[in-house]
Amino acid sequence: MRVTPMFVIGVCMVALWCLVAFFAPLLATHDPTAIDFEAILVGPSAEHWFGTDNVGRDTYSRVIYGSRYALYIGLFGVIAPLIIGLAIGLLAGYFGGWIDTLAMRLVDITVPFPFFVLVLAIVAVLGPGVENYFIALALVGWVGYARLARAEAMVLRSSEFVLAARTMGFSHFYILMRHILPNSMSPIVVYVMTDVTLVILFGAALGFLGMGVAPPTPEWGIMIAEGQIYLASAWWISFFPGLAMVLIGIGFALIGDGLARMLRLER
Amino acid sequence: MKTLRYILIRLAQAIPVLLGVSIITFVLMAATPGDPVRLLVGDRATPETIAAIRDQYGLDEPVLIQYFTYLGNLVQGDLGASLRYRLPVFDLIVQHYPVTLFLVIYTIILTLPPVIILAVLSARNPNGFADQVIRILGVLGLAVPVFWLSLLFARLFGVTLGWFPVSGYGETFPEHLRHLFLPALSTMIWVVPILVRTLRAALLEEMNRDYVVTGLSKGLGQREIFKSHVFPNSLLPTINLFAVIVAYLLGGSVIVETVYAVPGMGKLMVDSILARDYFVVQGATLVFAVTTILVMLAVDLLSAVIDPRVAP
Repeated sequence: MRVTPMFVIGVCMVALWCLVAFFAPLLATHDPTAIDFEAILVGPSAEHWFGTDNVGRDTYSRVIYGSRYALYIGLFGVIAPLIIGLAIGLLAGYFGGWIDTLAMRLVDITVPFPFFVLVLAIVAVLGPGVENYFIALALVGWVGYARLARAEAMVLRSSEFVLAARTMGFSHFYILMRHILPNSMSPIVVYVMTDVTLVILFGAALGFLGMGVAPPTPEWGIMIAEGQIYLASAWWISFFPGLAMVLIGIGFALIGDGLARMLRLER
Repeated sequence: MKTLRYILIRLAQAIPVLLGVSIITFVLMAATPGDPVRLLVGDRATPETIAAIRDQYGLDEPVLIQYFTYLGNLVQGDLGASLRYRLPVFDLIVQHYPVTLFLVIYTIILTLPPVIILAVLSARNPNGFADQVIRILGVLGLAVPVFWLSLLFARLFGVTLGWFPVSGYGETFPEHLRHLFLPALSTMIWVVPILVRTLRAALLEEMNRDYVVTGLSKGLGQREIFKSHVFPNSLLPTINLFAVIVAYLLGGSVIVETVYAVPGMGKLMVDSILARDYFVVQGATLVFAVTTILVMLAVDLLSAVIDPRVAP
């Protein structure tokens, strides 16, 4: 497996963001929620690198702390969909029959809903907040993983090593965990990387629409929304958190793209 | 004949999916905390009014009966009423739906030329320079938050350069085109990479088929084979992706319409969520899903007509 340069760049970018999130208190120059009426809507300067917002909070420090929420949302948001999707998909593909029919009908009725619309509708019912976003993701996001896992399991279940394992008397559970699961991971790992990007984007979109974490949390989506009305005079409030999102998104997307090529899933 | 049978089967298959979708929207509403009727009629309603409405929507019945009442109302086009507008949800949707439909179709029309050009460029020389650049642009397109990009576009093309209006929908057809250009452009950035990737993969697969070798051996030029054989054969897998793309665009419309204040379904939904206007949220969610189902159906039928092998 040859490591592509783009993949390395992606890994470095994500690693860098993890460091930023971890050492946020050291990197930030100001308290991210401290209001300073002496410095309202100040442009980028030596004192405030990315300027300040309408109540004088330092945009740079807020962007730095915001990386914690982005990574938290991105990395934890995919866990439940991944586990649920894998379980349903592998069982459906491996056993077939009524389990498969049931699982696929469930997929059929979830797929028509545009992903973000359904997430929004569920968050609307449960109320705003990151935890409710996670619940919505768990209810909706498993579909993509289930489809991939099912396709892999269906191919593998009739492969010779699985048949051999059956003849030797290994249980279905053992075969699923030791043979089917590891062998169907490559497309799923690639999908996880794209999904992390999407989960971060949608999480920020929820914050932007006022349905994510509550202000004054330094979350990037909220920051972009707060800067919206000052875009003509103080562009920096919205610009820098958006740029940060692009940079974190590219990191994960490059890892996904690099993995897809290295695992030879794509030419 | 086989195609006709396939079409009928496919139509019949859509019915359980529609039922399933209605179950999901019903559960969404049933899970909503608080009494929907209280929300609907406000605090000053008399107990008689409340009782009458509860009876109309069958809210005192067991959940299963409630679902069938809901389904019965749906079939008659009764989606409940909006608390905020004091209008039937159906009327609101009739008002807002054409705007979103316009936006989606407009985006698709704008999307096609760049998708075809970029995909052909990258497939002609896989891993060549053009392919690498297009690949990186694709990664960039996936990572950019649509709402942020929309804000920047509105600022740059709308305010600074003054080329396009930054909000609303306009009155006439040319006005619609002008008003919706920036929203369409913002959503496009997100969809183009996905489509380019699919079309590129399809093109590469077709380029390795035997008929390409046959064409070459009987003296056809590379260009000719590509134009009249490889390209048409690659379109089918891309058309199949259309339903997914429409779902993406509908989801994107929620964000883009909010930023550009376009009075479509997406903005209606977001505003209704913030105003806790649940019947509208439920109705809009259902309409989004039904739209996707219809597009999926149309795509399947179209593929069966284009390529009879699709019909089993």
